[in-house]
Amino acid sequence: MEELVLWSRAQFALTAMYHWLFVPLTLGLGVIIGIMETIYYRTKDEAWKKITKFWMKLFGINFAIGVATGLILEFQFGTNWSNYSWFVGDIFGAPLAIEGIMAFFLEATFIAIMFFGWEKVSKGMHLTATWLTVFGASTSALWILIANAWMQYPIGMSFNPDTVRNEMNDFWAVALSPIAINKFFHTVTSCWVVGAAACVGISSWLIIKGKDSDLAKKSIKIAAPFGILGILLTIYNGDGSAYQVAQKQPMKLAAMEGLYNGQTQAPLVAIGFLNPHEKIMNNEVEPLKYNVNIPYALSFLGFRDINAFVPGINDILKGGYTQRDGTIALSTKEKMERGKLAILALSDYKKAKADGNTYMQDKNLKILEANYDNFGYGFLKDEKDIIPNVSLTFYAFRFMVIFGSAFLGLFALLSYMSFKNIPYEKYKLLLWSCVFSIPLAYMVSQSGWIVAEVGRQPWVIQDLMPTSAAVSAVSSNSVITTFIIFCVLFTVMLIAELSIMFKQIKKGF
Amino acid sequence: MDYNFYIQYWWFIISLLASVLVFLLFVQGGQTLIPTISKNDLERTMLVNSLGRKWEFTFTTLVTFGGSFFAAFPLFYSTSFGGAYWLWMIILFCFIIQAISFEFRKKDNNVLGTKTYDTFLLINGYGGSFLLGIAVATFFTGSEFSVNKENITNPFMPIISQWANSFHGLEAIVNPINILLGLTVLMLARTNALLYFINNINDDTIRTRSKKQLWICGTGFVVLFIAFLLVIFLIKGYAVNPQDGVVFLQKNKYFLNYIENLWLLVILLSGVVLVLFGLIKTLFSKKLFTKGIWFVGSGSILAVLSLFLNLGYNNTAYYPSSFDINSSLTIYNSCSSLFTLKTMSVVSLLIPIVFAYIFYAWRKIDNKPITKEEMQEGGHKY
Repeated sequence: MEELVLWSRAQFALTAMYHWLFVPLTLGLGVIIGIMETIYYRTKDEAWKKITKFWMKLFGINFAIGVATGLILEFQFGTNWSNYSWFVGDIFGAPLAIEGIMAFFLEATFIAIMFFGWEKVSKGMHLTATWLTVFGASTSALWILIANAWMQYPIGMSFNPDTVRNEMNDFWAVALSPIAINKFFHTVTSCWVVGAAACVGISSWLIIKGKDSDLAKKSIKIAAPFGILGILLTIYNGDGSAYQVAQKQPMKLAAMEGLYNGQTQAPLVAIGFLNPHEKIMNNEVEPLKYNVNIPYALSFLGFRDINAFVPGINDILKGGYTQRDGTIALSTKEKMERGKLAILALSDYKKAKADGNTYMQDKNLKILEANYDNFGYGFLKDEKDIIPNVSLTFYAFRFMVIFGSAFLGLFALLSYMSFKNIPYEKYKLLLWSCVFSIPLAYMVSQSGWIVAEVGRQPWVIQDLMPTSAAVSAVSSNSVITTFIIFCVLFTVMLIAELSIMFKQIKKGF
Repeated sequence: MDYNFYIQYWWFIISLLASVLVFLLFVQGGQTLIPTISKNDLERTMLVNSLGRKWEFTFTTLVTFGGSFFAAFPLFYSTSFGGAYWLWMIILFCFIIQAISFEFRKKDNNVLGTKTYDTFLLINGYGGSFLLGIAVATFFTGSEFSVNKENITNPFMPIISQWANSFHGLEAIVNPINILLGLTVLMLARTNALLYFINNINDDTIRTRSKKQLWICGTGFVVLFIAFLLVIFLIKGYAVNPQDGVVFLQKNKYFLNYIENLWLLVILLSGVVLVLFGLIKTLFSKKLFTKGIWFVGSGSILAVLSLFLNLGYNNTAYYPSSFDINSSLTIYNSCSSLFTLKTMSVVSLLIPIVFAYIFYAWRKIDNKPITKEEMQEGGHKY
């Protein structure tokens, strides 16, 4: 069973990370192309048409492979997470269906006009089609991120013991959950950064090679300021996201900060290294070494109050501290007891119902309702199961924040030089930094998802269902086989895509 | 409007999406015909580009079909996808390789070479349509699974849906009735593809070859489809007792559904008439008739729609279990809550708008059929 869960997770991580190699460029470059074509539409300058078409070609190559990897993500909820699909399908399925109806058709239809419509529809219609494609792609991101946010903070539903699943009772609570809104803007604007980095990096490479320098510089003039906008919004929403994590997922926050023992006036770790987890848990060493802290910052960012108590991993295990709402936190052991009570009550409720014993039915229903908040804890075997991989979460978070923020400097510098007409093509080091900022942007983007998804383990639905209870009843060998097939197939596809991309880029505008 | 209405409404939406998907499999059918209809590179390019402007609709419909099935009937999603793991995985592989093939096949430095991508298109064409037919056929012939929702209270093995054999869906591929429907869907996809070529490509050679091939595929489809109908009319079907929800085998169930719901029969027969009209008119007209796709296409949508409605309505179990008959899924025991179905119904009001803009965009792109000249000009091509 453990092997099955592990491989199912590995497969999901593999396919999601591959998919996430292509989505950010679609979302980011899409907007840049939209801006470029708008300029062409307004100025009628053929140079801008040429620029638009060049980037559109790269967009198309990238889009196809994004579609290919996206298919498996949707169906994987059924194939590999069948128990999950029943337990929360009543809520989780809806955003997926809405995504299909509202977003995918929009993308699929208007991308055809984008590529084949240059000579067939008016300029205005073509521009509209381009923007509708971008709008469709962003809408798709909205609904899938609403679905993801709901897993991190399940609301707008109640558990129905008769159908043995969670059922939605407030659609707007799901769709407009603060986590969802933050996640959407944080994710989409960070994709703008990736798109801008790709556009700036590729243009810089063309300038270095002395190919179509003027068109490349025009592209940078659009992409660099757009990148500034993207990164500023990403930072703003990132702060919002961290605030939400502090409220709803304290264990994730503790892992992000390597915070084992909570404190008031908690500092934020700017940089630092973690000691081995086991040794820290046994109190043999301090959690961090060589760390540089920003005083009070964690309390302030997490709770908007420098005196706020931020619970650490040990506090969450032991409980007993006062939470923000004034209640005393339960220990994890206590939560596990309550979870087991809830599961047992559900079982007894079903038996009583089958026997027609209404007294026992009511009694067990009350126990279930009183303890349902901790339902998922009843599946855990050990209290330490609630600790995610601390070092992965900790380092991924630092990587994202430090290197992500660096983009602000890069884009600001480029924008300044572009608009002041400073001949930056002379600065080869700057241009090469732009080129290498492309892989960096992708790594930063992936590390963001590592923080979000590794940091929330062991939960597939926060507090209600651990990952281990969500899988399908297939053999681990089957999952290993499909994992290998996906790994080989996606890798080959990626190599082919990059090879085609490089060739197209070499050809220039 | 009560719960019952919304459940039936959503089964209708799922059936509609399924039937539109089967029609759109003409892209897959067309991919299988590329070697037969084209004799040189230019002709091949015309076929590929003609199909390449439509493949995303099929793909998107498949994804939306999956998402809607998940939202409206989540127990099917968890039972079938998690259980018939290998059947669905192979179908997914067939579609994954399609998504890149059009865009990558002719690009410089595409690593695998045009031939490989064209082989991908063939695999997707044959595999995608045949295996989707197999999967749908199990809605009539049954699968080996059990569903026990109380398993969730067992912390050591909390999984609700279990597959009863270790083939996980591969067993469906050797069932003769399933094979029959698989071949029927493949032939339908090819038939629609030929009619689509005749409509979409302005080239005498391609049109003549397509028409010639239509004799084989068109007749093949009609014969196979009638054979399939006869078989399912004769076998025992999975009926539900509406009082207690108990599922039992009933003789000629799928035939009786048509007789007991004459409007279903009307839909089926209208579909058949449209298909036959489109085929006969295309094959026997002295003058070139290019509108066949509209008749056969809409006819096939109606026929498939009637089959799906037959499976869900009139106290029928649409996803039966031959292992544990009372685990069989009906639209009532597998659906979402009333609240979710209502919410989704509001969203479904967008579907006509979707159809409208697809129709508009399609018209714009297909204003002029594809010609040799267009393929030799610049512009985006596959």
